[in-house]
Parts: sequence; structure tokens; C-alpha cells
Amino acid sequence: MNRNLLIAIVAAIVVAVAGYFVLAPKPEAPAPVAAKKYDPGASDKEILIGQTMPYSGPASAYGTIGKASAAYFAKINDEGGINGRKIKFVSLDDGYSPPKTVEQIRKLVEQDEVLFVFNTLGTPPNSAIHNYMNQKKVPQLFVATGATKWGDPKNFPWTMGWQPNYQTEGRIYAKYILKEKPNAKIAVLYQNDDYGKDYLKGFKDGLGEAGQKLIVSEVSYEVTDPTVDSQVVTMKGSGADTFFNITTPKFAAQAIKKAAEIGWKPTHFLNNVSASVASVLRPAGLENSKDIITAAYLKDPTDKQWENDQGYKDWLAWMKKYYPEGDLANSFNVYGYAVTQTLVQVLKQCGDDLTRENVMRQAANLKDIELPMLLPGIKVSTSPTDFYPIESVRLQRFDGKEWVLFGDVIGS
Amino acid sequence: MEAFLHQVFSGLATGGIYASMALALVMIYQSTHHINFSQGEMATFCTFIAWALIETGFPYWVAFFATVAIGLVGGMAIQRILLRPVENAPILTNVIVFIGLLVIFNSTAGWIFDHTIKAFPSPFPRGTFFDTQYFSSHEIGSIMVTLLVLVALYVFFRFTPLGLAMRAAAQNPVSSRLVGIRVSWMLALGWGLAAAIGAIAGMMVAPIVYLDPNMMAGILLYGFAGALLGGIDNPWGAVFGGFVVGVLENVLGAYVIGTELKLTVALVLIVGVLTLKPTGLFGKVVVTRV
Repeated sequence: MNRNLLIAIVAAIVVAVAGYFVLAPKPEAPAPVAAKKYDPGASDKEILIGQTMPYSGPASAYGTIGKASAAYFAKINDEGGINGRKIKFVSLDDGYSPPKTVEQIRKLVEQDEVLFVFNTLGTPPNSAIHNYMNQKKVPQLFVATGATKWGDPKNFPWTMGWQPNYQTEGRIYAKYILKEKPNAKIAVLYQNDDYGKDYLKGFKDGLGEAGQKLIVSEVSYEVTDPTVDSQVVTMKGSGADTFFNITTPKFAAQAIKKAAEIGWKPTHFLNNVSASVASVLRPAGLENSKDIITAAYLKDPTDKQWENDQGYKDWLAWMKKYYPEGDLANSFNVYGYAVTQTLVQVLKQCGDDLTRENVMRQAANLKDIELPMLLPGIKVSTSPTDFYPIESVRLQRFDGKEWVLFGDVIGS
Repeated sequence: MEAFLHQVFSGLATGGIYASMALALVMIYQSTHHINFSQGEMATFCTFIAWALIETGFPYWVAFFATVAIGLVGGMAIQRILLRPVENAPILTNVIVFIGLLVIFNSTAGWIFDHTIKAFPSPFPRGTFFDTQYFSSHEIGSIMVTLLVLVALYVFFRFTPLGLAMRAAAQNPVSSRLVGIRVSWMLALGWGLAAAIGAIAGMMVAPIVYLDPNMMAGILLYGFAGALLGGIDNPWGAVFGGFVVGVLENVLGAYVIGTELKLTVALVLIVGVLTLKPTGLFGKVVVTRV
């Protein structure tokens, strides 16, 4: 008995040592068995992705972003999917109502068991699910809002934004004013909520301690106000010659028009939120909108200068084939295209390790990615401590017909 | 001083908007003794109809009068179809119907015409009247339209048999019925007129605040404050109240309480008037012998 045991032990040691020598010299080689790792929502065949979008209700104009994403996934699936897996994309309507968002997201996470949620739209809806996603440890990836709070990997490691955030944009205008118009007298009009205050904070941070003295008038409005006429009158009365306009489309149009009517012609900075020619500048009057400055990071599909650009041509071909009912002049369709491309890049990097943890790890590991519909020079970059994928913009000025880019890429 | 004048005049201009909305509220209240919460949404919907007509190529004034006519008929139809069955129901039932209408009109407008803002043409483009830096032509024009509607209403109620019949039906339905007035149809006519006035208000407001399904949401509240301040049963008072609210809101917002509390001014007015002088400044005090 003892002899047998001894032989067995010796044999085991021999095998183990031999095994060590056989395997040890090449620790870098990939594991012999493909380590396919999956969390709920991922399998050999498909990746299940969830989303909420305002397809109805007051913000339904944004709904086209979700449709564009679905159309881009259709193209990816036609081309064989990502690493051999097809994308299944479930995009539900939340009507821009936070309670509805919570309900839909819980359904997606607990019932449908999606791998992660992608590009859920709006600051209030995303705020409503912020804690839930982080408790459940399900990625809330590339949310469609510019609030600054989405880039907080320390406290919310499962949430990430995408577009340049409001504070960054505010800082960029401030920098430009300090450089080009150091003696400016600035008036600021802002919407009295998180969005308006976010912009204002970035702007003031950018001006710095000394620069804040340049602000001669700071007025707010509520979304319930019928007009901002009175505020524009106040700003004109303050003698300001520079105007930072932090308003949503309707109020932006009102402010532009009223300023022209009472003969106030400041250097006018308009936040990117309301930079749409079709839904803001045209209603406000193209003549009244002349010389307004704003920041941009996407190629405007109506801008003639991209007509022969390969990125634009590909976008156009994709729109015609996969989203023919979509509006070719609507920049939201460019947004949906570009943000979905970013996600596809992340999933490609994930390889066969489709765990939620790895999705976040790869999302935080984007290195200077250039996307065809981002303005030249603007890149997508993230790191484990930097959850702001796009952090630079270019300024553009309205010439009475369209936006004209000027200057270089500006980072914060 | 110049800035102050600016605030006052700009307040008068927005006050004109509130005044026309207040007028529509008074109209319905006079004929039914209810406040119609869907008044604003009905006005917005009519304005969308006008916008669609203009977009398809009709001249402004054709679209304008067509919309007023559609408003008149539509308002009457709503009363006949939706409110007649609950005519004798408790007031809360009516209120629920009003709120239902509000939601229906709001979401239908969003569904058909979508939520992006639309520019609405003004019948008084720049240069029609003397444009000053205080007033644009449109602002003067729309204030004139409001006053015109007011005078027309006054004449209608004071000097026409139909107007007399409507007043009678509102004040004493039983006796009116006995002398041969069709009281129920008078109510419908009241709804129709209110909807038509709302349509005019909407078309005057839209060039200033831009057309979208929620255009009237804030305005209705200020209009309500104006109507209460002037007296909910007095058209002249309501128009006056509208102007006062507009100016007060601007001047207080700019110099006293700050822009954050502008809406609060309207709400305080509503509560204040209802507790201190429920009939408003010019309302009739109703004394009932018991």
C-alpha cells in the first residue's frame, strides 16, 4: 500500500514538474481553450443591448437618434456582426419622463437581461437611473446628454457620457473671449436648472477669478416663462457688448429675435444645444442670426464643404440604404451614426470577453479614435480616469446662410 | 430710466398676450361658469391649423378667418359632443373632462405637427406701423387686435338679440327657457366663441413666442391671473388685468424680486385675489338673498 502511494506521489510530482517545464516557457501565449466569458445578454451568437429614447412626448425630436442607431446596427449585422456576433438592439420609448425611464430600464435589465444600456437620452431620465445602474453594475454607456456629472469614474464607474460636456463648452467660449476680447462686457442669459448652471459654471471657471468681473449682467429664465423679452431688455440696458446665450431652442430663437428688434448687437455666443439652423436660426430670422458664434464637433450634413468628403459620402450612402425615411438635413442622424460607431469600436475591442466589467474597461480604453463624421482633428479618447470621450470642439460663425468653421481645434 | 421704460413697454406687449387669453377665459366663464383648463391647448391647436393652411399656400387673412371659423365650429362641436352629457354632472366631472381635453389636444398637436418650434408669420411685419425701439409693429398690431375683439364682444353682447339671449341663458337658465331661448345651444355658442377668441389669441401670440404644442402652457397661467385680477365675469376688467400682470411681472422681475420668481408673481396674484377680493377689481359682487 505504502509503496503504491509513494509511486503515485512521485509520479504526480514528475508529471507536475514536467508539465511546468512544458507550459512555463510561454506564459504570454493565449490560453489554449478560448476563454469566452459572458455576462447576461451576451452569447456566441448575439449581444443584447438596451436603450430608452423619447419617441413620444415633448422631446420626441431626439427620437431619430435611436432610429439611426438601430439602422447602423442593421448595417453591422448585414456585414456579419461584431466578432461573429449579431447585435440585438432593444430601444424603448420613455417619453422623456424619468419614472417611465426607470420602469423601462428595470425591464431591460431584469427581464430582458441586456448586457448594457447604450445612449439613453436626456439629463433627467439618465439621472433617474444613475444610481440603479451603478448598484446593479450594468454599464450605462455613452449617455446622450452633455451634463458634466456623467464623467465621474470614482463614484459612478458604470456610467459614461460621450459628447463634449456643457462645462467644457462654457470654458471654451470663456477662453476665446479672454483672448479675442479681453475688455468685453459680458451678459449671460441662462435657463435656471442643472443644464443652465452647468454651462454657467464652466464659463465662469474659464474666465477665472479676474475674468468674472467682465460679467456685467447675469439673468435667468424659467422654462415656464412665455418669453425672455424682459431679460433681453435688461441685458441691453446693462451696456453689455458680448452675450453668452445658454438657452434651449425656443428661447434661443426668442432671444435672437428680440435682440435684433431692440437694436442690440453684441458678440453673440450661442450654446451648441441650440445651434440648429432649421429649428432655431431660421425661425429667429437668418438675418438676425448673422455673426452668432457656437461650438461644433460633428460635421453638419447641410454644409457644402463636406460634399466630397469620404466620411460624409459613406454617411449619405448608409442613410439612403438603412434609414431612407430619415431627414438628411438633421444633424441628430449624424450624432446617432457617430455615437454608435464609438460603441462598435468598444465591442470590437472586447473580443470574446463580453462581461460587463470588460465592456467598461474597453470603453475606458479608447485611444485617439477618429470617427468619419467628427470634425477633422477631433478625436475620441478615454482612460480609466477620463470618462469624457470627446473633449474638444471647433468654433463656427453663422454667415447668414450656414455655419462657417474658423480657428483650430480647441480643447478645454 | 430708458431701461425702465423698455421694461414697461415690453411688459405691455406680453400683457396684450395675457389679455387676449384672459378674454377667452372670461368668455367661457360667462356662458358656463366654468374655467376651461384646455383653453390654451385648444388655442394652440387652432394656431397649428392656421399654420398648416398658410404652409399650403393660403394668404394670411384667408387662413386667419378660416381658422376663426374652424375654432367657432370646433368649440361648439366639443360642447355638443363631449360636455352636453355631463352638463348636469358635478363640477369635478367637468374639470376632469377639461383636463382630458387638455391632454388630448396637446398630444395630438405633438403627434401631427411634432414638437420642434415653428415660426408663425405676423400680419404686421416690420415697418407696418411706426416701429420704435420700444414696440415692434407686431406688438402694437396684436394689442390693437385684442382691443378690437373686446369692442366686438361688447357690441355683440350689448346690442344684438343673440348676445342678449346668451346673457339671459347664463344668468337665469330656467326663465330663459320659458321665454323660448334654447339654453343648451347658447352654451355651445359660448364655447364656440371662446374657442374662436382663443384661436385669435394663439395667432397673435405665435409670432412672438413661436409655435409648439406647449406654447400656451405658461401663458394660460398668466392669463388666468389677469382674468381673476380684473374680474372673471368682466371682459374689460380681464383685459386690464392682463396688461397689469404683464407690466408687473416685468418690472418686479427686473428690479425687485429677480427673474427666478416671475411665475410666483402670477401665482401670488391668483391666491391673493381669490382670498382678498374674489370678484376681482371690476367684478360684480353677487349677492344672493337667502
